Amino acid sequence: MKIDFEQVTVPVPTPETEHFWSGCVAGELRLQQCDDCSDVYFPPRPFCPACGHRAVSIIRGSGKARLLSYVINHRPHPAFDSPYAIAVVELEEGVTMMANILNVSQTPEALILDMPLKVAFRSIRRGIVLPYFEPVGAGS
Amino acid sequence: MSAAKVAIVGAAETTELGRIPQTSQIQLHADAALNALADAGLTIKDIDGVATAGESPTAVAHYLGIAPNWVDGTAVGGCSFMLHVRHAVAAIESGLCKCVLITHGESGRSNVGRAGWASAPGSLAGQFESPFGGMGPTTMFTLPVLRFLKDTGTTLEQLASVAVMQRQWAALNPRATLKELTSVEAVLADRMIAYPFTKSQCCLVTDGGGALILVAAERAGDFPQAPVYILGSGESTETPMISQMQDLTRSRAFQMAGARAFETAGIQHSDVDHLMIYDAFAHLPLYGLEDLGFCGRGEAGAFIASGQTAPGGILPLNTNGGGLSYMHSGMYGMYALQESVRQVRGTAAAKVAGVEISVCHGVGGMFGASGTVVMSASKAR
Repeated sequence: MKIDFEQVTVPVPTPETEHFWSGCVAGELRLQQCDDCSDVYFPPRPFCPACGHRAVSIIRGSGKARLLSYVINHRPHPAFDSPYAIAVVELEEGVTMMANILNVSQTPEALILDMPLKVAFRSIRRGIVLPYFEPVGAGS
Repeated sequence: MSAAKVAIVGAAETTELGRIPQTSQIQLHADAALNALADAGLTIKDIDGVATAGESPTAVAHYLGIAPNWVDGTAVGGCSFMLHVRHAVAAIESGLCKCVLITHGESGRSNVGRAGWASAPGSLAGQFESPFGGMGPTTMFTLPVLRFLKDTGTTLEQLASVAVMQRQWAALNPRATLKELTSVEAVLADRMIAYPFTKSQCCLVTDGGGALILVAAERAGDFPQAPVYILGSGESTETPMISQMQDLTRSRAFQMAGARAFETAGIQHSDVDHLMIYDAFAHLPLYGLEDLGFCGRGEAGAFIASGQTAPGGILPLNTNGGGLSYMHSGMYGMYALQESVRQVRGTAAAKVAGVEISVCHGVGGMFGASGTVVMSASKAR
C-alpha cells in the first residue's frame, strides 16, 4: 500500500505514552506488564488495568501478531491511496492494536484473517515512527 | 413482578426529518421539545428536569427558557437518550424533579450550528488509531465485522439481508428516507464504502430531532396520550477505541445493559413483542440479537435472513426502517425510542399488532457504550 507519510495524522505523545513512541524510534514494540498480576496490556498507562496495581514494567514485545479483523476503505484519504485496509492485529502477547498492513495487496483475497504478521516500523516525520505490520515472509 | 414508577407521556420528533438546512442544531432540539410538549398537553413551565446530549443541558434549558431542578448531560454517543430515560426514572422516583424533558437535535447532514467529532491528537485514540487512516464510523465501527463473520459462520449475504428486511419496514413508513424495496443482490452490488460494507449497509446521514417527556407513573393517566411505562433499563460502557474491544465479536456493553434491563423489568425474551436495535451499520442488529440473548451464537444472521424480524415475522425489529432506511442524524438512539413509544401506543406507521412490551436497545460511540430501555403499555406485569 502507498502512504504519504507527510499526510499521516501525527500522534502527540503524552508522559504516559512516551516510552511507546521512543521505543518505536529504537525499533522496539514496547508493551507494559503488571509487576503484581503479570497482565500484559496496551495502550500505555502507568497502572495495571486488570488489577489497578501501580508498579508496572515496560517490556519489549516480540513484534509477532496475527490479523484479527479489518475493513478496506474505498473513500479518499489524504494520506492513503484508496482502497486501503485498516486492521486490528492481535500481538503474540495477547493485546490488540490498530495498524495498516504493508507489503500485501489491499484486497479480501490477499488479506486472510489470522495470517501471521510481524511489526514493520516506518518513520513518518518530526521524529515519529509508527508501528505497521506486514505478512511474515514479506520483505522490509 | 415489576411495577413501573415512571412513564413517557409525551414523545415527538422534529416537524421535518431529512435535510433541514434552514434550522440550526439547537433549534432542532427546541422544535422536537415543543412538539413533545404539545403531544403531552404540557407547556415549557411544566418542565423541571432536562437531559440532552450533543448540546449541553445548560444550553438547551436556557434556549427553551427552563429553570431546571435537575439536568443530565450524559453524553456517551447515540444511546445517550436511553441512559437519560433511565436516569430520569431514578430522578423522578427519588423526588429530584417531577417532569423531565429529554431532547435530541442534530444537524447531521446540513451542519448548521454543529460541533465536530475528531479525536484530540494526544488522546489514546488520537495516538493509537488516528494515524492508520480511519475515517470515522464507516471505517471504525465496521472494523470488527470480518472477525464476527468468521467466528460465527455468518455470511456476507446474511449481513446484507439486514438492510433488505429493514427496507421492508421502511416501505410502510411515509416518513422514512428510503422506501423502495431492495434485495441481497442489490445491497451487495451497491457502491463499496469500507469492505465488506456497501452504501446500503451504512446508515443515512440526515438532520432531525426528537424529544420525550417523563413523569411519575401515578400521574401518567392525566395526559392526552396513552402512557408508555418504563418497566426496566440498563446501561454500560466498554471502550472509546474500537481496537481495544475485549472481543471483536461481542459487545460487552450490549450484554451488560441488556441483561440489566431484562432483570429490572422482570421480563423474559418471549415477553418481547417489538424490538429496536440501533443500526448505524448492518452488523449491529446481528450483535444485538446475540448479545441481548434473542439468538444463540451465530444464529442472528439466519434469523434475519429468514424473515423472522421482517413484517409478519415473529420478532418485529427496527420497524421504522432503522438508521439504514428511516433516518440517522448521528445520534440515532432518540429515533429508536420514538418508534418504541409509537409501537406501544399503537400509533406507528408500520403498526405491529398488540405490542405490550417493546425493548429499545442503543449503542453509543462505536461499541463504546450501550443503553437498553424496556417499555410497556401496562404499569405492572
